[in-house]
Amino acid sequence: MKPNDVILQSVTKVAVVIIFTFSIYLFMNGHHNPGGGFIGGLSTAAAVVLLYLAFDIEKVRENIRIDFKKLAALGVLIAVCTGLGGVLFGEEFLTQAFGYKELPIFGKTELTSALIFDTGVALAVIGTAVNIILSISEDR
Amino acid sequence: MNNLVVLPILVPLLAAVILIFFAKNVIVQRYISALSALINIIVALLLVREVSEKGIQKLDIGSWPAPFGITLVSDMLSALLVLSTTIIGFVVILYSFKSIGKQREKFYYYSIIQFQIIGVIGAFTTGDIFNMFVFFEVMLMASYVLLVIGGTKRQLRESLKYLTVNVISSAFFVIAIAMLYSVVGTLNMAQIGERITSLNEVPGILTVIAVLFLIVFGMKGAIFPLYFWLPGSYAVPPIPVMALFGALLTKVGVYSIIRTFTLFFNFEQGHLYEMLMILAIITVIIGVIGSIAYWDIKQIIIYNIITAIGVILYGVAVSTETSLTGSVFYLIHDMLIKAALFLLIGMIIHITGTSNLRKFSGLIKHYPTLAWTYFIAALSLGGIPPLSGFVGKMLTVQGGFEANEFIGSMIILITSILVLYSVMKIFIFGFWGKADQMYVSKENVSYHALLMPIILIVVISVFYGVGAEAVHSFIAQAVEPLINPEIYIEAVLKE
Repeated sequence: MKPNDVILQSVTKVAVVIIFTFSIYLFMNGHHNPGGGFIGGLSTAAAVVLLYLAFDIEKVRENIRIDFKKLAALGVLIAVCTGLGGVLFGEEFLTQAFGYKELPIFGKTELTSALIFDTGVALAVIGTAVNIILSISEDR
Repeated sequence: MNNLVVLPILVPLLAAVILIFFAKNVIVQRYISALSALINIIVALLLVREVSEKGIQKLDIGSWPAPFGITLVSDMLSALLVLSTTIIGFVVILYSFKSIGKQREKFYYYSIIQFQIIGVIGAFTTGDIFNMFVFFEVMLMASYVLLVIGGTKRQLRESLKYLTVNVISSAFFVIAIAMLYSVVGTLNMAQIGERITSLNEVPGILTVIAVLFLIVFGMKGAIFPLYFWLPGSYAVPPIPVMALFGALLTKVGVYSIIRTFTLFFNFEQGHLYEMLMILAIITVIIGVIGSIAYWDIKQIIIYNIITAIGVILYGVAVSTETSLTGSVFYLIHDMLIKAALFLLIGMIIHITGTSNLRKFSGLIKHYPTLAWTYFIAALSLGGIPPLSGFVGKMLTVQGGFEANEFIGSMIILITSILVLYSVMKIFIFGFWGKADQMYVSKENVSYHALLMPIILIVVISVFYGVGAEAVHSFIAQAVEPLINPEIYIEAVLKE
């Protein structure tokens, strides 16, 4: 008989949204507050793992159609290309750039190229963490 | 500012990442990895030319000035080592095409090879001690995967040992860096050197830290008594991986010893160098005993790595200009020739199906090209004059005699004969004698494809030996900052 995990699944549906929001908050705040790409990526991975725990692997895979190995590689690629951006403008490798922009809702916001680098880090962390969990769970 | 310094790291890094996207397409993987390795050789050649024309090149990553950011420094020594690393990487990748097998190729083999090369080149290029640790880890993680990829029983067992040893030595590395940081308060290698030389009285703790660094790098570089993990671990991976390990991994440890001992710990020529010298001589003896004792061709070459490490470190320990020149000469020679020898015995194993020397003979009848290539490689390992091993060893020994270190130099001279004996043993018993008919039928198309990269690297090493006169000006430039660390410090910190 299949165990009835309706409570787990219902709680997960709510909790995953909260965890995703929190991880994005952590990720965006990295420059001025504790947080950043690594912890942001890790908490996102935690949300994904929670999904895998509550629902079965096939179901989640149908809905999140991402190859996490390639996601990790994409993350590294983004990080490297951020560094190359500095070279493109005749600066040293990994030189950062930043500027202030008026954005519609946020007002005056500091935009930095470090954020793109952090996106790369976050993607690499998500890809690696989820990939480890998935590889262990598949017993073959 | 010179972004050329970071390019030898970037090219394989980009290649490694792109290779992940083409995991299942073996043909595309081969093209990408060979192409990137070729590009990297060209980049390294440009770097060598740049350094030889304009002196030490540095790159402050992220535009942060030298002591505050991470600095990549390319002096002649690191540029030459980067060049030989890229050449070995290219040769190993070419050899892998026909020998590694589709199953491994599909599991990110080429990507990991690229990561391994990133780690090695990064460790050669960095000017920041903690960054060096990071690149060590990049290199080691890649080597863990390369050791275990394929997942045979022996590989699993040996990689467990290898992993344990290296995790422990990495922890020691972090502790050593932490202690050094608490004493000098900086991580930039040039500034560490500057601060240590400016001390009037060197505190005893620095000697302790030096010994700690010697333990760490000795563990990576397999000096006596920390070599115990090497013979087992290096015997299990597939041949191209073995060649990569034998040619590169231990040499990174040796490079780190050369760098730290000439830049940081040059304050006291007494006990520290004496200790290094004794360890180096025992390392030579241990290596020679091992290489004579075994009838397994893998083990013979593996123990020859240990011997070579000892010879190089002996030159460092003597620490005169002549002996350091010899060490650098021998270091580069040994990287090339060890890669060639591992690939050569790989071919022998490929043909005969065994690594036991007593089980085959008379290969020269059917495989003359292989035999004479091996002969040249063996002679140049032994240090026969026109070939590449000669100049390095001669200068090392000469430096030893000039510094009145007769015993050590004599031991190195005598052991050279034994080294030659150990590799000639393979030639005499394996290639000469009555031809066994058993393996003749195994002649297949991949023979020439496998032999081609080996001939390439042997030819390079022959040129390295014959053209020692031309190479010498480069080596002399590489040794300069080792003798006078002020040159290195000046180049990194001033401007």
